[in-house]
Amino acid sequence: MYIYDEIDQRLVEERVAQYRDQTRRFLAGKLSEDEFRPLRLQNGLYIQRFAPMLRVAIPYGLLSSRQLRALAYIARTWDRGYGHFSTRQNIQFNWPKLEDVPDILAKLATVQMHAIQTSGNCVRNITTDHFAGIAPDEIVDPLVWCEVVRQWSAFHPEFAYLPRKFKIAIAGGEQDRAAVQVHDIGLQARRGPDGNVGFRVLVGGGLGRTPIIGVVVREFLPWQHLLTYLDAILRVYNRYGRRDNKYKARIKILVKELAPEVFRRKVEQEWAHLKNGPATLIIEEIGRIERRFTRPGYQKLEPIAPEYTLELGRDKGFANWARRNVHPHKMPGYAAVTLSLKKTGVPPGDATADQMDAVADLAERYSFGELRVSHEQNLILADVRQSDLHALWQEARTLGLATPNIGLLTNIISCPGGDFCSLANAKSIPVAEAIQRRFDDLDYLHDIGELDLNISGCMNSCGHHHVGHIGILGVDKQGAEYYQISIGGAQGNDASLGKVLGPAVSQAEVPDVIEKLIETYLARRDSDEERFIDVVRRIGIEPFKEHVYGLNHKATESRSRQLAAA
Amino acid sequence: MASIIKQRKVVADNWQLLKPQAGGGAPPIPESGDIIVPLAVWLDQRNALLSRPGRLGVWLGGDDEPALIAEDLKNFGVVAVHFPQFTDGRGYSLGRLLRERYGWRGELRAIGDVLRDQLLYLSRCGFDAFALREDQDLQAALCAFSDFSEAYQATADQPLPLFRRRFLASPDGMEWS
Ligand code: SF4
Repeated sequence: MYIYDEIDQRLVEERVAQYRDQTRRFLAGKLSEDEFRPLRLQNGLYIQRFAPMLRVAIPYGLLSSRQLRALAYIARTWDRGYGHFSTRQNIQFNWPKLEDVPDILAKLATVQMHAIQTSGNCVRNITTDHFAGIAPDEIVDPLVWCEVVRQWSAFHPEFAYLPRKFKIAIAGGEQDRAAVQVHDIGLQARRGPDGNVGFRVLVGGGLGRTPIIGVVVREFLPWQHLLTYLDAILRVYNRYGRRDNKYKARIKILVKELAPEVFRRKVEQEWAHLKNGPATLIIEEIGRIERRFTRPGYQKLEPIAPEYTLELGRDKGFANWARRNVHPHKMPGYAAVTLSLKKTGVPPGDATADQMDAVADLAERYSFGELRVSHEQNLILADVRQSDLHALWQEARTLGLATPNIGLLTNIISCPGGDFCSLANAKSIPVAEAIQRRFDDLDYLHDIGELDLNISGCMNSCGHHHVGHIGILGVDKQGAEYYQISIGGAQGNDASLGKVLGPAVSQAEVPDVIEKLIETYLARRDSDEERFIDVVRRIGIEPFKEHVYGLNHKATESRSRQLAAA
Repeated sequence: MASIIKQRKVVADNWQLLKPQAGGGAPPIPESGDIIVPLAVWLDQRNALLSRPGRLGVWLGGDDEPALIAEDLKNFGVVAVHFPQFTDGRGYSLGRLLRERYGWRGELRAIGDVLRDQLLYLSRCGFDAFALREDQDLQAALCAFSDFSEAYQATADQPLPLFRRRFLASPDGMEWS
């Protein structure tokens, strides 16, 4: 964990006091609805369908047991006993009262947490790889750089009223597990020609209504220049980004409208003035931040714990779970564990206050009192001894957190959708549940293998449907809730955007469509090794389409084309 | 006479702000008195403006380019930046550019939809004068400047970021706070 110093703490407390006063003035009628809106948004508070929603920042997804207990306390005291972990490594509370929010923020501040800039047209929470710091293939520990950027972005006075929200992700090495290609800015650590550390800088990626992969504006930016370069990009965006149309206001539209080459030139021109200025980073600062992170006190262990191997052979349930939910670790004898928040019948990403307390205990006993939130909306214990895995699994099972489905079809990413969100076209949680119920046979699920299924309730794409191997998008068809299905999306190094399969279908039909997609895949795959996404890439979407809509879909389509042309 | 906030005090103000006419045409220029003219008027009527009695200021809109007045700054008693809506953040960048890149040291005034809750960030971007929207309580708004006692970034009012000030204060430990 990064441990606040006195100034970090003071700023967060001053923010609470500031917001308490703003809330007071709003309730007293001294601030209008419109004047209050950006202030509350920059403190994480939305007004949605039934009640306000408070989004609390979990900077780069890292939490301590103590912090998780505070979240449980908040869920119990000011909400209805649960919280929702989002795809951006944050947690959302769906039922707080507007007038209670200052108290909630004050409680958060006591455990070095906040809701600063979790919404609004500003730089949002910085996200990263959920295996940051423990992955074997890292060039740098991205957590340190996330904190550097967090401090730069927190209360940045120039960029609090951007044309639109702004999301930055940082990956620690070549293997991208932070989805840097679909962020407003993606930073990917690399080594320069002389072995020094720097970043490849991507700009203008994003999901939403106009999904697009970011363009590389700089192949290598030496680390010293990180903040001045960010200032330059943001300044160009702040000045020239469109403000006339909310749907064209993201930086990706600016990059496209100017052309990437022109955009890059503008940034470089701006940067020429800022480069080597006072905001240039110094090694002492990086060292200082690094030292403020507590690090697990690893023991010296054998690479493979014999007890672990033994239990794997003895217990099939454990082995199934280990196969999906246990991940490699750079330290010999250790592993990372995903606690699944994707149990069938529970909205993806939801955790009750009791579960949060229990996970806080597990983290304390098994993983140095720390945990992470993944963008797949699960919780991760990052530093578990292999010899403890069996005991941990048994405990997780009794808590309902051991569904062995990580990377599988039922590990669904889903936004809150129409049950909570006022922007939704359609519900997403019941769709997720219907699919989980359809695929409840574990052997079948494991046979299908790796598959990301993502659901968004509308074009804002909070459920990242564009980059799901199967993506489901809620659409509105003359007032009725329909679902558009796409296939072939992916995240990571070979990121791609899904292609729409055909006409949208009703909620009841969704599980059948998924079933048919899976049937097509299983019939056409070359071997068990070939994943769903590989098959889609190899054979294209046509065979899937035919199986879903029937052979005559072509005829229907050409008929409607003729009609349209007539 | 109108009041504004200047250097964190409420003061009387006698600058007259000239705006383009309804059709977009240049406003008539009063014979005397201190005036703040739109950038286009300055670029157009430079000589006439310089030879009239009374002090002169210029104001920029969000999409105006401050480089256009970089060489002219010595002629102005005030430079203003207009905020059409308080949520339009372009002026924050203009403020920093005027201060940090073009070296404007005189009065930098925020005009338009200027509200209490934006004053602190505006001042960090170099603004030291604020013609607030009419309904704002100037006296009460003064509190806004002390909402925060520190800041991480390098900005117009604090050219060294926190980490450099920390380093200067304690080069070895960097643990100064
Ligand atoms: S994708 Fe749409 S429905 Fe889902 S949370 Fe985002 S805005 Fe709401």
